[in-house]
Amino acid sequence: MLSYAIRRILIAIPVFIGITVVAFVFVRALPGDPVKMQLDPTHLTGPSAEAYIENARAALGLDQPLPVQYAIWLGNVIQGNLGYSYQFKVPVTELFADHIGPSIQLIVSAVIVALILGLVLGVVAALRQNRWADYVIGTTGMFAISVPGFFLGLIVLYVFGLRLAVLPTGGMNTLGVDGDVLDSIAHTILPAGVLAATLVGPYMRYTRQGMLEVLDQRFITAATAKGVSRTGVVIRHALRNALVPLTTAVAVQLPALVAGTVLIEHVFAWPGMGTLILDAVAGRDYPVLLGAVLFTAIAVMAFSLFADLAAAILDPRIRLA
Amino acid sequence: MTETTSGSAATTEAPTIWTVPTTTIAATQRSPRRAALQRFLRNRLAVAGAVFLIVVTLAAVLAPLITAYDPNAVDLSSYQLPPSAEHWFGTDESGRDVFARVVFGAQVSLSVGLVAALSAALVGLVLGVLAGYLGGVVDAVIMRIVEVILSFPALIPIILVVTIVGPSLPIIIIAIAVFEWGTACRVSRALIMSLKEQNLALSTRALGATPFWMVTKHFIKPVLSPLTVVVTLLSAGAIQLEAALSFLGLGVRPPQASWGSMLNDAQSLTLLEGAPWMWFFPGVAIVLTVLSLNFVGDGLRDALDPRGKR
Repeated sequence: MLSYAIRRILIAIPVFIGITVVAFVFVRALPGDPVKMQLDPTHLTGPSAEAYIENARAALGLDQPLPVQYAIWLGNVIQGNLGYSYQFKVPVTELFADHIGPSIQLIVSAVIVALILGLVLGVVAALRQNRWADYVIGTTGMFAISVPGFFLGLIVLYVFGLRLAVLPTGGMNTLGVDGDVLDSIAHTILPAGVLAATLVGPYMRYTRQGMLEVLDQRFITAATAKGVSRTGVVIRHALRNALVPLTTAVAVQLPALVAGTVLIEHVFAWPGMGTLILDAVAGRDYPVLLGAVLFTAIAVMAFSLFADLAAAILDPRIRLA
Repeated sequence: MTETTSGSAATTEAPTIWTVPTTTIAATQRSPRRAALQRFLRNRLAVAGAVFLIVVTLAAVLAPLITAYDPNAVDLSSYQLPPSAEHWFGTDESGRDVFARVVFGAQVSLSVGLVAALSAALVGLVLGVLAGYLGGVVDAVIMRIVEVILSFPALIPIILVVTIVGPSLPIIIIAIAVFEWGTACRVSRALIMSLKEQNLALSTRALGATPFWMVTKHFIKPVLSPLTVVVTLLSAGAIQLEAALSFLGLGVRPPQASWGSMLNDAQSLTLLEGAPWMWFFPGVAIVLTVLSLNFVGDGLRDALDPRGKR
């Protein structure tokens, strides 16, 4: 397992470098002075401002060749220095730290709901292969894949938020109410539900596929032959193996999950990273946007690494491949 | 079959697609193309999707004949009217006919989807053939680039690009193509790698065929049919992406309509509640088009690869 993990991490290193190179190309492509991003706005006034800017230029090596500039920039990034927001005049990393929590809350609740639903529906569809339950689940799953999250968001907002008025229309809490658990849950239901709906389709299809492959294998026949009950076979023997494609599904869906979160946060005025990113668009806050591009790509890369390691724990054959 | 579910290889492959059962047909005298067509026609959802796509495409092309209204004509006397015999989908806050805007919006949504998907597939095909045929360092470099590209949630870098250079359709198409060619590349590469090892390739090479001849005559063609599946699914993705960008106000410029931008117009809670026809119909148009593309893509996959019991 350890040697597999090391091999997998070594493969990730060129990918990490590639991501940072793409981000650096964006830095150079930005309109205006690239130095401006890296400046601490609190030092920009007063008598020493000129000297500060000159020092910053020298520190960023802007007179050096591009590869050197890239290396200096990368060093800054690795130390967590993503520059300063034009709009808010604070470090980008600080803004991210403030906004990541709500996004994680949204993503984690949605993924948990989607995993449970996807697992159950996928198993049912596989056990009822080619019967009506399978077709109904399959077609519904295709619907879920095809509905854009923001449109589904508008629909549920209209139905539950406005027409029936049973759930709040946006935000994480009612204004003035803080720390009320029920209130928080009420605000989470719609956005997390919509995000989960966009994920369920692929999760379910991968689970079904994995189950079908496993159910065909001889050890399942053997288990049935020696008298293990149907439920026992499914839960003890088949499901564990079907989890491997599910980890794949989670990994493959990560970029779509991040993009979907941005849109759904926008619809429900959820104060997370997505809202921060779209505010940055409105204010042409390039350091924040660039930081978001880099941060989300690295997060996706890191989590698909975790998914691969999880798959290797579930299925020892992968380690030897 | 176990390889499809294994580790790093697994996360790097295109999403597994639902297999609608096709009764395995014993090899009869039918041509493969005809057999594929028959398998496709047996899949009712795929046929329904194909019919819907044809109807929408015709509607987009013949838009001026279908509706008497100008999609951008402001008419304040018919402000926010609900659907009626006169205005099938109602009118918006500028009195513009929503049906006309949906029909004309189809031109934008469909062309962006198709052109972006075809460009992505072309880039993917060229690089995938190169990687699969040449192997070695070229292959390793191209596949690492694919991994890098696929790590980006396409929406976010595209938002950055559009913020820098301003929204326009060509920019959106290029940006989608740049961030979406990865799957096409992987599919073509995998096929070329298996074709390369077959007797056909070996004997052609023994007869003195140049690499260029081999690739153009024997390798491109077999890759094209699986690539149609990829193009179908890619256009579904591209249409959703364009809709998302236009919804965020980063797509087509007003007054031009695309389905996504019509959803953007309806973002305020008052319009959301007061005039649901304004956002409901363009949204349904997106859903049905993407759904049809996904059904057709699945149907094509099953029809073209009857052995694929995946």
